[in-house]
Amino acid sequence: MTLVAPSPVQTSPVAPARTSSTLMGHFEAGLDAPICLTWELTYACNLSCSHCLSSSGRRDPRELTTEECKAVIDELQRMQVFYVNIGGGEPTVRSDFWELVDYATDHQVGVKFSTNGIKLTPEIAQRLAASDYVDVQISLDGATAEVNDHVRGPGSYDTAMRAMQNLADAGFRGFKISVVCTRENIPQLDEFKAIADRFDAQLRLTRLRPSGRGADVWDDLHPLPEQQRELYDWLVAHGEGVLTGDSFFHLSAFGSALPGLNLCGAGRVVCLIDPIGDVYACPFAIHDEFLAGSIREPGGFEAVWRESELFQRLREPTGGGACASCSFYDSCRGGCMAAKFFTGLPIDGPDPECVRGFGEQLLAERAEDALPKPSGDHSHRTSPPRPRGGAGPVPLTLSVRRPDAPPAHACAESPLAGFSPTTTAAGCACGTDH
Amino acid sequence: MSHADNRPEAPIDELVDEESLVEEVSIDGMCGVY
Amino acid sequence: MDSIRLDATLTVHPRVSIRPEPFGALLYHFGTRQLSFLKDRVLLDAVRACDGTRTLAQALAEAAVPDAQVERYRRAVATLVHSTMLESRPANEVAA
Repeated sequence: MTLVAPSPVQTSPVAPARTSSTLMGHFEAGLDAPICLTWELTYACNLSCSHCLSSSGRRDPRELTTEECKAVIDELQRMQVFYVNIGGGEPTVRSDFWELVDYATDHQVGVKFSTNGIKLTPEIAQRLAASDYVDVQISLDGATAEVNDHVRGPGSYDTAMRAMQNLADAGFRGFKISVVCTRENIPQLDEFKAIADRFDAQLRLTRLRPSGRGADVWDDLHPLPEQQRELYDWLVAHGEGVLTGDSFFHLSAFGSALPGLNLCGAGRVVCLIDPIGDVYACPFAIHDEFLAGSIREPGGFEAVWRESELFQRLREPTGGGACASCSFYDSCRGGCMAAKFFTGLPIDGPDPECVRGFGEQLLAERAEDALPKPSGDHSHRTSPPRPRGGAGPVPLTLSVRRPDAPPAHACAESPLAGFSPTTTAAGCACGTDH
Repeated sequence: MSHADNRPEAPIDELVDEESLVEEVSIDGMCGVY
Repeated sequence: MDSIRLDATLTVHPRVSIRPEPFGALLYHFGTRQLSFLKDRVLLDAVRACDGTRTLAQALAEAAVPDAQVERYRRAVATLVHSTMLESRPANEVAA
């Protein structure tokens, strides 16, 4: 195999000292309350993206009720969590979604929600444009339908473009276009930027994680070593005009650190609440190994955040393990914990995408049974069943069965359970031709 | 990091011997949200 | 941005949320999505005293900033004005 040659050190800015008096020092040791958190409201989704972090598809009958969700928001308000990133699944298919958004913003909890755009009608877009406290993030994983739909499913590109057009027409400025960077779309970075500029939106590029169904496609979709360099150079050239969610700090070993904190926030300043109220360290780490507790336990979310053993452990100083002697450790920090875990690498060693090639080396030496077993799966049941853990991109089978009648019981698993399709979108909102 | 206590007019020696009381960062620059 | 004078009247931006922390405070601006980290409680007190009724000098006095430290705190406040966490206006002028 070919190892990536370590690039010559350029003039790297002095890494800020991680002492207790710096912002990062406090962040590493954990705060009494998260700054923000990701909240996945439902596992239901109209799509079946091949890289879905949460293996979403079917609603879980145990999902939090409207009242439970409001109680969570009350608690976040008390703890002064500044805002929540609402995701899923596709959060907007919950029939109480807009009610919960309003409830959060009325209680001083800001909202950014991630959507594939299915419910973003012109009317909804106007409502969103009028709010000071709601931000919207549209998922798009290809600058062309061909590249996008290969990962996100047929019709999903058109759905996203229509949603973005509706937001732009409503005068919503600066909404986010969220792109997960893959082998297939890294050649399209300039085209993504052009799309964002066209809609007066902000481009947000994030890292492909081998989490959820992403584990099945990571080998085929994660950027090639030379594409990592291409991505890094592109990010440096575009500076703070393009958001990254700090997700590429492992690339900082190519030269100077990218804008952002260069810090893993899991369990320290951020976390994830899943649709059934389970609290995980971060949205890229939905696995029993990173489960801190449940908001349904006595003490609620606050007790989990402050007392869980897992979170306490994540807030302890880390030595760097096998990476400690690397001259890039100060900015790379050994990369992403979740990326290591889900590729079967040791947590205290290099990231699988270590730009010096040490991760690749470890991947090649990995034992057959090194990969962790997925601990939850809400994927659509397809026939024949989707192969899990196989090689090659998963052929997408979009399940679009629509309920003929509203679900009559709490166990209904359809993504559209409890939801009446509106007539405002052109035809069926699922975005496919049928 | 987008670390800014912008004091363009402050003499260098002051920047060195006096720790700034404010640090600023974009919330979109934190890892662990998507 | 360093030109904020001690006789300016300042107000916390209406879209800014202030969260006290053991080490100081975090300010979050819902408009700019910026976070500001105040590294001590005295500065937090000074920011809270910026309610549109006092001059900056009075707000610093309210927070018991020692005379020798006034310039240092004035500069910290100037940073917050620069990032629009604080606005230079009296309380009776309503923000657009």
